[in-house]
Amino acid sequence: MKASLTLGKVTNFIGLGFFTTLKDLFTGKLEKEELKSFLRKTIVPLASILLFIGLWHLGAKSLYNIEADFKIEKALEDQGQAAADALKACIASGDSSCQPNTLPSPSQVWDSFQSLLRDHNIISADKAAFAEKTAALNAKRIAEGKDAITYTGRPSFVDQIFRSLQTVFAGFLLALLIAVPLGIFIGLSPTLKSAFNWFIQIFKPVSPVVWYLLVFMIVKTLLIDSSEDSSFTISFISVGLCSMWATLVNTAMGVSTVDKDYINVAKVLKLGTFQKIFKVVLPSSLPLIFTGLKITLSVAWMVLIAIELLAQSPGLGLFVWEEFQNGANDSNAKIIVAMFVIGIIGFLLDRLMLTIQNWVSFDKTDAI
Amino acid sequence: MSIITEQDITKNVIKNISFPSNEVMLDLKDLKKVYPTPKGDYVVLEHLNLQIKKEEFVTIIGHSGCGKTTMLSMIAGLNPISGGNISVLGKPIKGPGPDRGVIFQAPSLMPWMTSLQNVLLGVNQVFPHATKAQRNDIAKYYLQKVGLEDAFDKKASELSQGMQQRVGIARAFAIKPKVLLLDEPFGMLDSLTRGELQDILIEIWNKEKITAVMITHDVDEAIFLADRVVMMTSGPRAKIGDVLDINFERPRTRKSVLEHDDYYTYRKHLIDFLEH
Repeated sequence: MKASLTLGKVTNFIGLGFFTTLKDLFTGKLEKEELKSFLRKTIVPLASILLFIGLWHLGAKSLYNIEADFKIEKALEDQGQAAADALKACIASGDSSCQPNTLPSPSQVWDSFQSLLRDHNIISADKAAFAEKTAALNAKRIAEGKDAITYTGRPSFVDQIFRSLQTVFAGFLLALLIAVPLGIFIGLSPTLKSAFNWFIQIFKPVSPVVWYLLVFMIVKTLLIDSSEDSSFTISFISVGLCSMWATLVNTAMGVSTVDKDYINVAKVLKLGTFQKIFKVVLPSSLPLIFTGLKITLSVAWMVLIAIELLAQSPGLGLFVWEEFQNGANDSNAKIIVAMFVIGIIGFLLDRLMLTIQNWVSFDKTDAI
Repeated sequence: MSIITEQDITKNVIKNISFPSNEVMLDLKDLKKVYPTPKGDYVVLEHLNLQIKKEEFVTIIGHSGCGKTTMLSMIAGLNPISGGNISVLGKPIKGPGPDRGVIFQAPSLMPWMTSLQNVLLGVNQVFPHATKAQRNDIAKYYLQKVGLEDAFDKKASELSQGMQQRVGIARAFAIKPKVLLLDEPFGMLDSLTRGELQDILIEIWNKEKITAVMITHDVDEAIFLADRVVMMTSGPRAKIGDVLDINFERPRTRKSVLEHDDYYTYRKHLIDFLEH
């Protein structure tokens, strides 16, 4: 009982409360009253997921038929009856060389997902073999003061995900380091506020693409002597600059709208500036700062794809773009896989921020 | 948790100066407050004169919006003075400071701090040379006095409104102010809790005898707590309308006050003033 209680606390805390209900169902601990909420929280979402997959399947099928009919019609017009029949037979046989290229069905996407995982396993094995083969040589090269030989093969899908996460966290960290201190200064000083206000208002709505170009212009020149690939640097700086505005505005607002009562207490007690900021102003604006950081992280993840694509920086964005350019038979399905992975990771990042917010914030009701 | 006795506090940390005196603690001279508006100046207070003696408890009553709170926040230094002056022990005040402790209408505790941390916030500021243990002892002593010995480490946000205001009282007394300013501290509480907190306030005040100015809407509260009740005229240009001396001996209990022959005379006097 105690164990399930703690599990319940933990899962509720991180916003995945239905797991507890699910567990109770299997351990037979479910009360009648809870059944209703169980139905609503677990069965209804599951049903809606199934419905979504069903609709998707039907939609994909009819798109497939439209595309197939069009192809056959075209073959008939251009090359005559024999070619049309051959094409029809080829499509029906499922041969990959003549499949209509359209929205993939759920099962195709699932197959692609599996094939991406298989691909990852192959590449990982390849990498491990490479590392083993070059271990002795690399040790020797390092001893001689030369650079080690690194694996330069194609990154797998999983590698791309981690690369994207690295970029987004680097960008998020940059946004945090710029926006929080700057927001505090702006919030505290009306002079700074009017100095920065135009700046915020003008740059906040600028598109990720333009940020990328701006960062590209600057970083390219700054790193002119470096032979290193600057695409990672460019993309994480662009992500940071794109996404920091929510945190900047929220921090400034949180700091400038601290409850007047708290400020009066600080005045009556004659707290010093430093103490006032760290004991009163910052803790009281923490909920708003975290709301800002949560928005920043989700914006960072959203713009990341576009920026990676532009910067040709390895990651999910580049993966999507390459698959689109590639135009192979399963490319469309792989793009949809990437779409789901992006969505699910975005959701998990949001939950992560919510958990941290619950942890540090005094006002538990604020965190939504 | 060690039990801290009163002697410890008075002996070790605070030199308790207590002698009856006619010395003027707080002096408001010809006080004036003007808010400029687009239609011309709005005079809230004018020609307001009030002298409060050391160890005196004064309550102020008057209609809503008459400028009581304005006057109190001017004494606290949170609201600038438009004319006249305010002095504490003969020295004109300069802005807010811990020599004038304030108990606000809302408890105004930092919700992310425990009740002990909230009290310590002030104590650390006022007794910077005391050791950490001594400061802890002071804070704990006053929290015990308001009946919160079991809630030292509770977050302020977890306390009820009444408990929060108890911490507010402890915080104000713990910084040993020369003057204690209370701005309708029990206005937001239900009548039962209000009674409890009045008892706690008067009990702790009987020991500390800190000169106190308290705003209230409650006629019974005004009589029960005060040595003098100051009645303010309705604004604009509010000033002191009448002053009533309450000659009940201290320490008082609610029962003895209610049963006193003069109680209803006092009460009638105040209500008559408010109704005219």
